Amino acid sequence: MNWISNYVRPKINSLFSRREVPENLWTKCPECGTMLFHRELKDNLNVCTSCDHHMALSPRERFADLFDGGIFTEVAVPEPLADPLHFRDQKRYPDRLKAAQKSTGEYGAMLVAEGEMARTPIVAAAQDFAFMGGSMGMFVGNAIVAAAERAVALRRPLILFSAAGGARMQEGILSLMQMPRTTVAVEMLREARLPYIVVLTHPTTGGVTASYAMLGDIQIAEPNALICFAGPRVIEQTIREKLPEGFQRAEYLLDHGMLDRVTHRKQLRDELIAITRLLLGLPPAVKGELPPPDQPILTAIQSQPAAGPAQ
Amino acid sequence: MNYLEFEKPLAEIEGKAEELRAMGRSNEAMDVGPEALALDRKAATLLTDIYAKLTPWQKCQVARHPDRPHCKDYIEQLFTDYTPLAGDRNFADDHAVMGGMARFHDRPVMVIGHEKGHDTNSRIERNFGMARPEGYRKAIRLMDLADRFNLPVVTLVDTPGAFPGKGAEERGQSEAIARSTQKCLTIGVPLVSVIIGEGGSGGAVAFATANRLAMLEHSIYSVISPEGCASILWKDAEKMREAAEALRLTAQDLRELGVADQVIAEPVGGAHRHRDTVIPAVGEAIAQMLVELAGLDRAALISDRRRKYLAIGSKGLAA
Ligand SMILES: [Zn+2]
Repeated sequence: MNWISNYVRPKINSLFSRREVPENLWTKCPECGTMLFHRELKDNLNVCTSCDHHMALSPRERFADLFDGGIFTEVAVPEPLADPLHFRDQKRYPDRLKAAQKSTGEYGAMLVAEGEMARTPIVAAAQDFAFMGGSMGMFVGNAIVAAAERAVALRRPLILFSAAGGARMQEGILSLMQMPRTTVAVEMLREARLPYIVVLTHPTTGGVTASYAMLGDIQIAEPNALICFAGPRVIEQTIREKLPEGFQRAEYLLDHGMLDRVTHRKQLRDELIAITRLLLGLPPAVKGELPPPDQPILTAIQSQPAAGPAQ
Repeated sequence: MNYLEFEKPLAEIEGKAEELRAMGRSNEAMDVGPEALALDRKAATLLTDIYAKLTPWQKCQVARHPDRPHCKDYIEQLFTDYTPLAGDRNFADDHAVMGGMARFHDRPVMVIGHEKGHDTNSRIERNFGMARPEGYRKAIRLMDLADRFNLPVVTLVDTPGAFPGKGAEERGQSEAIARSTQKCLTIGVPLVSVIIGEGGSGGAVAFATANRLAMLEHSIYSVISPEGCASILWKDAEKMREAAEALRLTAQDLRELGVADQVIAEPVGGAHRHRDTVIPAVGEAIAQMLVELAGLDRAALISDRRRKYLAIGSKGLAA
């Protein structure tokens, strides 16, 4: 808790019913330090209104913005073994997992969903940095495999939002094995000729970048996202020199040919719609108010053909 | 002989035996034979004791032993007609990765591996076995060539990991590793791999994603080095013993987890004391793995790899 929320809170609280009030009314921008009011921040998709810093977005927030009317159906992710190595550092791994599940309300560090984006049927997967740093372990691997299998079954593109500090060390070699496992998932999409679009968000580092997050047909990053295999501190220790400003940030990677685009979160959805429709050979999306759908969205999803041309 | 820290008591005994024999040589009247022999026996027993119960951290040290046979040694002894190929056709030739066509039991194959170097100069030249993006891209090129000309691929893995350098990041080492792993999964020829020393993280995955993976008894394969893990999870790099224990990175644990398909035994004292037996043993394992895959066509080889990796994680270790 910081001084401003302590100080301001009692006054603001009186304006709302207690129930509606999130625990932190104010968020301090980690980049510029500006205190941002939660509604203003939410309306701006968690982008700082003062410096444009793109803060983390939970998978549910991400999907609420991505899918038409915020409506999506979760794709089930097979539950992995809970603690295959009986890992214990200063804490037991199951305790760390339970704490993360409690604080995020999610089962694991990735959420998979299907739905429509400007009436374009898609499957999407989003990594949750709030869940143990988004780390890639067996659950994330299972989620990506499930997402790819679902996309192939429905003949839809897969859009994946990455955010992770790296591999889940508490799963040892089994976390490392998610690199080939998720690469198999990417291969399934390639073979089915379905678009696989990766959106790299801040931060995406370690083994995640050396597998599924770098194998997209289209690679987009959010502005200023840190994207790297070896982190800047490790490199500075190795080469014993200070790294240049902006090193390993999205714009730097774009300059070095590692990305197709760096896109502001506010333009991201439109761009994803345009890209998927171009790759799928669909007409441009209707802009502005959409005409009402012929049938309720959920029925539309269920009636998608399991095979045949992507539509 | 370079003694490891936990081999110090052994060094003492072997040193004493050596001293005694030197004395015997300078003074013919003195018979040191029986005493020296007793010391030899003591040393042998101690060596057996030490190697019978190596801890995971001690195994890491054995896996990194400077005298351990390296990729180059295996290629020289197990392959004929080795024709090294260089370069990624894009930026440079990475000396941390060696590879080329060769004959294995007369049959043409492609062999690729990490080479750490054996003395100061060669270690620097080889960047201690830490590949840069060019190394993975060279490997991709070689695997592609093997795929087109139907040569089985043999990879020898021995790397601390990818190189944490500025240029390596700038030139996209994450993409290079990802593409190398992807290439491993998509070639239509047999791909067999042996971890001969260190299987360090993504740098190892890029070569070890194989139909069959064998590990030498004292080799390791891990998501992170014990030192790195200790400094992150224990906030203390000196806790590497605990981290090595927790990570379950030994060949034996990986066999149980289904990551490694077989463990190649090392004689008492480790590969660095027994090059002459360990190198042929690795050759036998390679031959056996290739025989197992001999009947499979392209599609079967690819789906064999996919099934293998999709299934990993379905069994854990006993508590
Ligand atoms: Zn800001």
